[in-house]
Amino acid sequence: MKKPVAVGGERDLAHAPTLVTFQGVSKTYDGKVHVVKSLDLTIAKGEFLTLLGPSGSGKTTCLMMLAGFEVPTSGEIYLGDWALSKKPPHERGIGMVFQNYALFPHMTIAENIAFPLEVRGMNRASVKEKVTRALDMVRLPQVADRKPSQLSGGQQQRIALARALVFEPELVLMDEPLGALDKQLREHMQYEIRSLHMSLGLTMVYVTHDQTEALTMSDRIAVFAGGHIRQCADPRKLYEEPSDGLVATFVGESNRFDGAITGRDGDVVTVTTAAGTRLRAAAIDVGSEGSAAVIVRPENVRVGAAASGLDDTIAGRVADVVYHGDHLQVHIAAEGLDVVAKQSARDVVAPRPGDEIVFGFSTAHARAYDPARTDH
Amino acid sequence: MSQSTMPLTPLERLSGWALAGFAALTAIFLIAPILAILPLGFSDGEFLVYPIRHFSMKWMEAFFASEKWAVAVKNSFFIGALSAAIATVLGTMAAVGLARHDFFGKKLITGLVLSPLVVPIVIYAVGLYFFFAPLGLTQTYTGIVLAHAALGSPFVVVTVGASLAGFDHNLMRAAASLGAPPMLAFRRVMLPLVLPGVVTGALFAFAASFDEVVTVLFLAAPDQRTIPREMFSGLRESLSPIIAAASIVMMATAIVLLIAVELLKRRAERMRNEA
Repeated sequence: MKKPVAVGGERDLAHAPTLVTFQGVSKTYDGKVHVVKSLDLTIAKGEFLTLLGPSGSGKTTCLMMLAGFEVPTSGEIYLGDWALSKKPPHERGIGMVFQNYALFPHMTIAENIAFPLEVRGMNRASVKEKVTRALDMVRLPQVADRKPSQLSGGQQQRIALARALVFEPELVLMDEPLGALDKQLREHMQYEIRSLHMSLGLTMVYVTHDQTEALTMSDRIAVFAGGHIRQCADPRKLYEEPSDGLVATFVGESNRFDGAITGRDGDVVTVTTAAGTRLRAAAIDVGSEGSAAVIVRPENVRVGAAASGLDDTIAGRVADVVYHGDHLQVHIAAEGLDVVAKQSARDVVAPRPGDEIVFGFSTAHARAYDPARTDH
Repeated sequence: MSQSTMPLTPLERLSGWALAGFAALTAIFLIAPILAILPLGFSDGEFLVYPIRHFSMKWMEAFFASEKWAVAVKNSFFIGALSAAIATVLGTMAAVGLARHDFFGKKLITGLVLSPLVVPIVIYAVGLYFFFAPLGLTQTYTGIVLAHAALGSPFVVVTVGASLAGFDHNLMRAAASLGAPPMLAFRRVMLPLVLPGVVTGALFAFAASFDEVVTVLFLAAPDQRTIPREMFSGLRESLSPIIAAASIVMMATAIVLLIAVELLKRRAERMRNEA
């Protein structure tokens, strides 16, 4: 996994005016199950906000309500000063990029991009000029006269982007736009979308279930589960200080140790696992008794000599070592625990399967959560 | 092909021949009655009977020279075109409505819309007569056109519905997000993509009107004559081979329509492959 980049801190969004406000928005289709439950959310002008969550978590429904394709059962969404419930989708002026691109198959690429300009009654010369500029922006000037079916997936996605941006909307929504692309193309497109966002000063709301994508692209990420936002924060805070167990396990890789709380000293709890191993962890989302799930990131598990400075260490045996190029994944079996540790591949002595080894983690890096709010 | 790579067993060969023979018999069963009438149009006899002694064009010429038949041909095309136009507009609107996500009573409405396909035509015609009489629509072209439009619209609902089954509704959402109001989005995005279905439906609706005789017999005034009606009364009165000549003209029209439908189907397939 990539290291998260703290892009949010580089630009001051805290003082940017608010563009979108969700106010107590709920959505239910059958009157019983709520897909979205009394949701409050504000999106700042110029922000890149990602809605992240497993499928069925309500993130796409939120996007669709913002676009106008779904109507909230209760609550209101504001775009600037407009209450959106009275605005049909075609009057909202929101650009949207769909997962399957939704290019009009019977029109050429140029006609596709001209469409939003023509429906706005723009004269032909300006349309032509803007279409040319939009094609240059996505670096596909040569495809103007082709049909969408003659383009590759990545090219179609860039055209969909150009079409959604050509009428200069303030707000652009993206519904898993890179879901159908292969990994390399995805990463390239992530970069392109990000740089378009920066250079055009757009506000973007981006839906994905890919947490790596969310971490690398966003100013802020809202983690959805069961129709609620569990945490909404910048990528670094979300990754390093997840506020509940679900966020901790959904975003990034993690080791999870379940046990019972057997002691509490201020902000530190002692958790004893079923096999009797005692772990000390920061109390994040737990009281002073009951069960707890301790979450530790693989890169925070210190192995061998690196663990020597820690108060508590655990002895185990190396089960497997997996080479990832830039790092090693060391799988350790110890006292009923399965632990994954991430180590730099440049370490002088790489552990080998079968080695006896000690490992541990600092109390700050082990975070204890309520198990009920950890399971997906 | 797997057949060319593996030798067939005698049993497989036999069942292959049996299948081909059965298919040929079915084809003959379907087509022979239609073909039986056609040669009589080129007979020089005075009655609609076999055997034909000499072939001649005299009945074909008589058909095209007849004032009576010319009126019937004109009426048939006029009623067919007008009722097909109405059926196409109504049927397309119904199909678009029914293609949207589920709503209460959708199955019932679908059944109602398609009912003219299954309701016995005589019952429909009698019903129309009682329904139209107080409205003053019996013995009018308007009445016949409306009756035929109702009979033709289910064909449009079915063909447009089939086109819409492969339609990506995200395209309409995309059009809306790009600023197109619903009617404009329909005209610029949905209609061009389902056009083969619309035109196919229109041709079917035209064909349904073109050979319809029962409602015409019930509703039309004595001087409001169409080709099938003229044939019907001709069969009762004179049994002249001119009826065979008329069927040749109707067959030719039907074949042209069929070819048009086939060409549209290919075009639709091409569009689908591109999409």
